[in-house]
Amino acid sequence: MGRLSVTLCGIELDNPVIPASGTFGYGREFAELYDINCLGTFSFKGTTLDARFGNPTPRIAECTAGMINAVGLQNPGVKHVIETELPEMKRYFHKPVMANVSGFSVEQYAETCRLLDAQEQVGWLEVNISCPNVHGGGMSFGTDPKAAAEVTRAVKKVTAKPVIMKLSPNVTDITAIAKACEDAGADGISLINTLLGMRIDLKTRKPVIANTMGGFSGPAIFPVALRMVWQVCRAVKIPVIGMGGVSTAEDVLEMMCAGAAAVEIGAANLRDPFVCRDIILRLPEVMDRYHIGTLKELTGGDING
Amino acid sequence: MKQSIFTITENTALTANVFRMTLAGDTSAITAAGQFINIRLDGLFLRRPISVYDVSATDVTIIYKAVGTGTERMSRMAAGETLDVLTGLGNGYDLEKAGDAPLLLGGGVGVPPLYLAAKRLRAAGRKVSVVLGFNTASEVFCEDAFRALGCDVTVATADGSYGVMGFVTDALPAAYSYFYVCGPEPMLKAVYRKTVTDGQFSFEERMGCGFGACMGCSCRTVTGYKRICKDGPVLEKGEILWED
Repeated sequence: MGRLSVTLCGIELDNPVIPASGTFGYGREFAELYDINCLGTFSFKGTTLDARFGNPTPRIAECTAGMINAVGLQNPGVKHVIETELPEMKRYFHKPVMANVSGFSVEQYAETCRLLDAQEQVGWLEVNISCPNVHGGGMSFGTDPKAAAEVTRAVKKVTAKPVIMKLSPNVTDITAIAKACEDAGADGISLINTLLGMRIDLKTRKPVIANTMGGFSGPAIFPVALRMVWQVCRAVKIPVIGMGGVSTAEDVLEMMCAGAAAVEIGAANLRDPFVCRDIILRLPEVMDRYHIGTLKELTGGDING
Repeated sequence: MKQSIFTITENTALTANVFRMTLAGDTSAITAAGQFINIRLDGLFLRRPISVYDVSATDVTIIYKAVGTGTERMSRMAAGETLDVLTGLGNGYDLEKAGDAPLLLGGGVGVPPLYLAAKRLRAAGRKVSVVLGFNTASEVFCEDAFRALGCDVTVATADGSYGVMGFVTDALPAAYSYFYVCGPEPMLKAVYRKTVTDGQFSFEERMGCGFGACMGCSCRTVTGYKRICKDGPVLEKGEILWED
């Protein structure tokens, strides 16, 4: 076990750096640039039971220190992921991968998770109850403690793999949702998904995003994310993955000081495809500067892990 | 795809708001005409995707219009400044399909990527016709560059202040073996309707990453969903599905 190693729901990671779902595809584009086995793991593109095209374009808007996306869960569907993407992924990624799952009903979440549970490569199921970009699904499960608990229970019934519930920040009290998931049997919590946002093009006086609103991410949201991670870490005993605007090794350490067992990195991958590799390379030097011996000691990894 | 640091060697105004920038650095990832590069700018979150105008073993040249914060900032940069650039992005035009007498159609800032296509087609001994469309005489650029390659060049302006009055589709030659087009979507649709051969279309879309990771620029095609940045920006005529 190295200085950077952490434990996430019983599985050892070489380091806590995890590219976040939706910013890393299935890893292939990044594997062309560097050996992505240096990552702790990565969370692959949000997967639904059926294939989805997603929202109309434009889906992207730039913001100060961040961006808005309204992709809308474009993905080829779980069967294609299992038959094509996962076998392909074996060629370039040799660690347990995190499967990110979304759905439009409790039954869809459960069925998608059941199918992924049978895949040896999948280490964790990250269940997204927080997508802001699809109507009638995703986020609606993540804004009500009862619905969040219902999804958690349904998924736990069909899998032996650790279940990590991914939460939305677009709620009044995120700790209530986190506790509901924990009580329903969740093995971990990840947060935050994007903040609901909007931009208007002054030339046309219309929203930049075709879907009007979208999910705001990037360095601008880091303080909000850090605050929510800290709140949730105090509210639950299960491990927490911190994410939201993380762009540097220092951000990773702040997230872990707030109690995160591991850290996901999202929008930063789109600006700098090497950012995760570079953060991992830089972590020891930054840890030295702040007299941090091991990352586990920073999180209190054995408490959370 | 490669990420590397380039040094600006030239940044010149061609019209009131169109600029030509030459960057020295590792161009080895740039293989096809119609590919683009993605430029990181300090203080702006997303990179700026700009199509390649010309490339050599040591330099890449882009022609861009200053239309927003990023491109306006680029227009004020000087020789000697450096930029973090992702190169070799997108599929580019397949020039193998050109035939003996290909036609190149460019509208506004859709003109630049056709230059490298023209250069390579001329080097391969093809008879190349070029129709360039602009709004008005003061916005015309690159006409001489195409002529210097030995292309048969026609310029159309929407207001008739220079060349043929009208759009590129009002100045199509009588015969051509194949076509390559880049320009605003209304122009692409008109070209789709009025051309009589197969051809290839270069599309534009707001992008997140520019290298296929984020699904920000997806479109539907006859052969399934494609990412403009990675599977495009060039699509063949036969696979396009227009969304209205």
